[in-house]
Amino acid sequence: MRHFISIADLDRDEAIAVLATAEHMAETQSRSIRKLPTLVGTTVVNLFFEDSTRTRISFEAAAKRLSADVINFSAKGSSISKGETLKDTALTLQAMGADAVVVRSGSSGAAHLLAHAGWIDQPIVNAGDGAHEHPTQAMLDAFTMRRHLRPGDPTAGLDGLHVVIVGDVLHSRVARSNVLLLTLLGARVTLVAPPALVPVGASAWPCEIRYDLDEALATGPDAVMMLRVQSERMVGGGFFPTAGEYSRRYGLTTARAASLPDHAIVMHPGPMNRGFEIAGDVADSPRSVIVEQVASGVFVRMAVLYHLLATDSREGPR
Amino acid sequence: MTADQNASPGGTGPSPLLIRGGRPYGEDVQDVLLEAGRITAIGTDLEVPADAEVVEADGCIVLPGLVDLHTHLREPGGEEAETIESGTRAAARGGFTAVHAMANTLPVADTAGVVEQVARRGETDGWCSVRPVGAVTVGLAGERLAELDAMANSRAKVRVFSDDGKCVHDPVLMRRALEYVKSFDGVIAQHAQDPRLTEGAQMHEGVVSAELGLAGWPAVAEESIIARDVLLAQHVGSRLHVCHLSTAGSVDIVRWAKERGIDVTAEVTPHHLLLTDETVREFDAVFKVNPPLRTAEDVQAVRDGLADGTIDIVATDHAPHPRDAKDREWDQAAMGMTGLETALSLVQLTMVDEGRLTWRDVARVLSEKPAEIGRDEDQGQVLEPGAPAHVLVWDPRSVRAADPAEHASRSRNSPFAGIELPGMNRLTVLEGRPTVRDGLVVEQ
Ligand SMILES: [Zn+2]
Repeated sequence: MRHFISIADLDRDEAIAVLATAEHMAETQSRSIRKLPTLVGTTVVNLFFEDSTRTRISFEAAAKRLSADVINFSAKGSSISKGETLKDTALTLQAMGADAVVVRSGSSGAAHLLAHAGWIDQPIVNAGDGAHEHPTQAMLDAFTMRRHLRPGDPTAGLDGLHVVIVGDVLHSRVARSNVLLLTLLGARVTLVAPPALVPVGASAWPCEIRYDLDEALATGPDAVMMLRVQSERMVGGGFFPTAGEYSRRYGLTTARAASLPDHAIVMHPGPMNRGFEIAGDVADSPRSVIVEQVASGVFVRMAVLYHLLATDSREGPR
Repeated sequence: MTADQNASPGGTGPSPLLIRGGRPYGEDVQDVLLEAGRITAIGTDLEVPADAEVVEADGCIVLPGLVDLHTHLREPGGEEAETIESGTRAAARGGFTAVHAMANTLPVADTAGVVEQVARRGETDGWCSVRPVGAVTVGLAGERLAELDAMANSRAKVRVFSDDGKCVHDPVLMRRALEYVKSFDGVIAQHAQDPRLTEGAQMHEGVVSAELGLAGWPAVAEESIIARDVLLAQHVGSRLHVCHLSTAGSVDIVRWAKERGIDVTAEVTPHHLLLTDETVREFDAVFKVNPPLRTAEDVQAVRDGLADGTIDIVATDHAPHPRDAKDREWDQAAMGMTGLETALSLVQLTMVDEGRLTWRDVARVLSEKPAEIGRDEDQGQVLEPGAPAHVLVWDPRSVRAADPAEHASRSRNSPFAGIELPGMNRLTVLEGRPTVRDGLVVEQ
């Protein structure tokens, strides 16, 4: 693996290898000394053009637990000056001697461009690009599902599982990465959304698309993933009439959660709009793995950095 | 512009030029003699006048000089990207002897003063004839009509009016514009794009945009405006031109309108004849353009439309941009592609070599018809004795990879870099004087 840009670049074996490494990383984190010397002397840059404290902290923790140095570049603070382009920043990072760049941007394709435009030679990790992809989020979701629904086998995929992803698919990079990864790992995916929040052209995706949440839940899914409604991206308006109507039709209420099979888990990539797409009680219920997803994020990101940067990554982690 | 290298001794006019052994319109071999800025003879084995230069054109196609109805020369205001001088150099290299300079400059070409300035610059700096296009509305703002009559009756004699880059969206304003230009035989060239349906739009809306998470630019945003405009043109009995039509649905609507006798003409760009939205997958903004690259089915439909005459002309929408405007994230990059220097190669590749157009058709879609729509009396004339000596000699046998670094345009945003393109400009003649020989601009 040279970069980690898109789930579409992975084959099944590579995806499973990252998940297996993440399991090893999780094991090491239960030891008394959690810090591994793996990336001593390397510098990982977190380049965040879009604000996301949770994702940045997760990558920062992952890099630090592998003993890498971390530099945070963010557009919201002062480290990226006004009017400075992605290209300028990339040239700066190249000159500074960064060993890997984790990039988050509101622009679809930003990570791909950084990896392929010839401005910088280092490995690039996509921490979310516009509404395109968020591949480490999908990996952490798959990791979490595997632990609950296919425990014990580090070579297992998600074969035979049925995952329902609900909400603002149109603006969701999480949904796009998950459709690709979960199906790559053998799961069946159903997207549920109001029609205006399903992209025109999504019928070509390897998943089922439904407009009725209750019908989808009645099929007894193994996992239900609620997406955040991204009101700030809703250009043009009118995607649904009111928050109340959305909530009634597409919110994961207590009653809906109660209709799920006992073993089914509830997920959310965060940050949640409690009481809107998901009821607070459901988010806090025993079947919710939302907090665990956060922990999984660190393990998965450790694994990704390991595969991109560790010199012995071909032999697998110790 | 003057190419005095070619001046006759003691005279001010160009010396005679005999184009020998070429095939006018790709048909029978005939020599073409140019004297004093006119074609004076066409025939086999013409005698060489004593002081004439002879250009051997064996195997070459001889066409009337090409006319582009849709060029962004960027001057005034955008000289970092292009000037009238550099843009017309590019045009000459592409085989053009006339271009229509779009109005979205700074200041906007919305007054007689600005269009006269552009026309004057064309006369002093131009390597081809420059016909200014006037803005339809003041500042392209889409709110009130610019002084169209003043531009029409200025020295620039504007006949084509367009807010290109923006759509004249208000239906009442569009109706009034169509009505108003009737008095001086003008035409409204509409950039058909419903602004509400394309807020934030980044690429054609379909399978690829869904996958890439880029905001979609639906075909209906173009088609709904064209449908409205042809009905308006019919209602008020005016002349409408549709800029850079790009979808299968647009072709259907124009075909329908023509069947009903509505006075509408339409253009397609060279890039919409070849490229699709699949190119966006690499996020290289050189492929970002307005209207966006569409699907393979749309490419097929615009080729069909051009072949059957539904689409009247090919126009480049040459839109130069400085490197910084393209070296950016897709959603922050500028829209537009250069096209003057590759236009005829693209038409040869996609239409002639595919057996969809003859070279006589090429003369129609790239010279005669655009000149007629633009009311360029001196351009797009049939090659015959007495016609002005605007001539292109094109070698269709040459094949080479396009290299934007070689282009005369100031900008390098050609989407065809590295693509093997057929054809080569052996000679472009403007008013009897060569502007280009063997692909190179003839310096003064
Ligand atoms: Zn336009």
